[in-house]
Amino acid sequence: MNEEFVLELQHITKVYPGVVALKDVSLEVKKGEILALIGENGAGKSTLIKTCSGAVIPTSGKIVVNGKEFDSMTPQLAAENGIAIIYQEFNNVKGLSAAENLFLGNPIKKGIVIDKKAMEREAEKAFAQLNIKINPKTLVGDLTVGYQQMVEIAKAIKQNAKVLIMDEPSAPLTSAEVESLFKICELLKSQGVSIVYISHRLEEIFRLSDRIVVLRDGEYIKTLQTKESHVEELIHLMVGRDLTETYPDRKNTINEDEVVLELDNVSGNGNHDISFKLRKGEVLGLGGLVGAGRTELAQVIFGAAEKTSGRIVFNGKEINPKSPREAIDLGIALVPEDRKRHGALLDVSVKNNISMPIYKRISTASVINSKIEIETANKYKTELLIKTPSINQQVKNLSGGNQQKVILGKWLAANSELIIFDEPTRGIDVGAKFEIYKLINKMVELGKTVLLISSEMEELMGMSDRIIVLAEGHMIGELDKNSFDQKAIMRLASAVVGG
Amino acid sequence: MRSNVVSQIKDKAIWIVFVVLFIAFAIANDRFVSASNLFTIARQVSMYGIAAVGMTFVILIGGIDLAAGSIITVVNVVCAYLMVKMNFGMVSAVLTALFLAAAIGAINGFLVAKISMPAIIATFATQIIFEGAAYLLSGGVPVYGFDERFKFIGQGYVGPVPVPVIIMGLCFALGAFILNKTYFGRYFYAVGGNEEASKLSGIRVKWIKFLIYSLSGLFAGLAGIVMLSRTNSAQPTAGKGFEFDVITCVVLGGVSVSGGYGKISNVIAGVLIIGILTNGMVLMNVSSYTQMVVKGIVLILAVGFDSIQNVRSVSKV
Repeated sequence: MNEEFVLELQHITKVYPGVVALKDVSLEVKKGEILALIGENGAGKSTLIKTCSGAVIPTSGKIVVNGKEFDSMTPQLAAENGIAIIYQEFNNVKGLSAAENLFLGNPIKKGIVIDKKAMEREAEKAFAQLNIKINPKTLVGDLTVGYQQMVEIAKAIKQNAKVLIMDEPSAPLTSAEVESLFKICELLKSQGVSIVYISHRLEEIFRLSDRIVVLRDGEYIKTLQTKESHVEELIHLMVGRDLTETYPDRKNTINEDEVVLELDNVSGNGNHDISFKLRKGEVLGLGGLVGAGRTELAQVIFGAAEKTSGRIVFNGKEINPKSPREAIDLGIALVPEDRKRHGALLDVSVKNNISMPIYKRISTASVINSKIEIETANKYKTELLIKTPSINQQVKNLSGGNQQKVILGKWLAANSELIIFDEPTRGIDVGAKFEIYKLINKMVELGKTVLLISSEMEELMGMSDRIIVLAEGHMIGELDKNSFDQKAIMRLASAVVGG
Repeated sequence: MRSNVVSQIKDKAIWIVFVVLFIAFAIANDRFVSASNLFTIARQVSMYGIAAVGMTFVILIGGIDLAAGSIITVVNVVCAYLMVKMNFGMVSAVLTALFLAAAIGAINGFLVAKISMPAIIATFATQIIFEGAAYLLSGGVPVYGFDERFKFIGQGYVGPVPVPVIIMGLCFALGAFILNKTYFGRYFYAVGGNEEASKLSGIRVKWIKFLIYSLSGLFAGLAGIVMLSRTNSAQPTAGKGFEFDVITCVVLGGVSVSGGYGKISNVIAGVLIIGILTNGMVLMNVSSYTQMVVKGIVLILAVGFDSIQNVRSVSKV
């Protein structure tokens, strides 16, 4: 044990059924330092910091705070020991004032009533200590995101936090707000507070941090002194894995002359001026970090979110789908990211799931032709090798991979031409992943066209014919198959756009 | 396989409850099991049964329709008013009243689907509005003096079977047909199970909601016509509290209040249970206040059972 460290994570391992999220990760936080924690999507950053708050209980390993050892934390224990985490989703009550939020759950009382005046005075002091200019009486809901974050920080400091952990704090902020955040971080550091700063913006990390810890695929990789490192080294450490997984072969199915989808300066739903062409039989990968706007772009194409400007051309005709129904009728399908919440109807049978988009088509005077319904379900059960005892089985009883197949069966039945996959292998075990890859290949071999969103760099490179990289709602770059390179993609994805 | 048997039994549990209750009342009172009393029970519940079909749809999508009672009142008053004061023919008066009932349902549908109001508030507000409107229209006094033929709907018989029971049977058949055979039925289950996934599967969720509340209004309206014919006079308080019994029938019939699961066949059992419970208690001279207490407890038991099951299935995930 070292006196110098205020927080130590020792050999933390977290195993979920079928997945090892963290493998023997250790890190130490010194008093009064800013430690950056970086890694790709899914490297285990969030899981690791959640062990500090008790939101995740480690399978093994120890958490040492000021020399006290814990097997796991609870939110109360973390607060008592001076650890505070500021998540991307704030923990505030929008209808209460800044002062009341500061004393949430722990108000100053005068007899049985709360003493607003005293809280406002105390809040004023707490804000002044951090050089924050907020009127304590303002409702938190009326504050900008940046100020709301400052209230969160002030609250943590008010509760005597010695270690402040921030998960992507700069992501929702404007560039001016980021500057204020940095000032607060520096100020806290000078007051002896330690900060663990998670960000994918490498520039910020070099500006702010003293040391950097790199995680990759749930494993600890290296600790760097910020002054002695540089961007290239970080990128190398973040993505520098050997390409281990294999991907099923696919014959070239691209029809060069036939453009299925063309986006021309499309803006909306957080994206700006996105333009690209997608040819028939092609798999176009959409790369970027979480929050880069990939899912949001898919929603615009699928009619689930509004386009504010630009043109979408589908099969030579300009389209403007206002609802998923319209997009589906045009021949566009979406296999969404959150399979359980958005993709499959879990309480409904395999048969009904597959026929859901085509019921109108297979009904006469509203009455379903059950023969066609059963034939369709059986056809795709056989064709996609869906493992289910019966087509009447509820989808929730199927494995993740088979649920995914049901969703695909649905879109094949609907005769979709363009299939958008949003993180198709998330939460699916390794064996089933390969099957999903084969299915994607099968789609293009059947003449479909695929837009593939994936946060797994390997998967993106293994499956795509071309990759487009988005960062913060802007299209940053485009790579051809022969120029695929993990580092190049990472560099593009971590770019900070404008201000 | 074992879990299959268990779920089969669970699925039919409500019918077992029905049989047990039936035997209990038969033992407690010898007048209970007579052909005439059984038809009386069936006729008494027919109005609940008719309205329960629409309410089943509503609860299936996770909604609620508190306006059912006041729709019945409006239909009573308006239909009577048209026949007695405006000299409408029987058929046109009934059709106009039914159209109005569906229109009130459509208002609910508009508020819930288009304006995204919580169903409990939207239908609560329309309940109050139309209860008041019915009172204003009738001036607070009963309207009566209908054509003799009008009695047939609520009081007539075909062979030994009361006409309202036949209407209820047809409504149940129609409800089961919609849920099992038409694509609308599939959409209802889908929307109730997962609205977002339904939307992404191309279902026009808002339209489905609008349709369902309109249908609920229509079925309640039909129940109102039967009631008017049975009582032969339109009371400005005819449907007060009616929605409570209908909701109890539907929930007792195993339709999940959180939506997505339910069957007409079990709702029939729910309706019959409320029927024999009420009738049995009346035969045993149980006061109407005690009946209220009992029915309230039955509703708690039914919803409680559903909620506990929900919590279990969530914690398993």
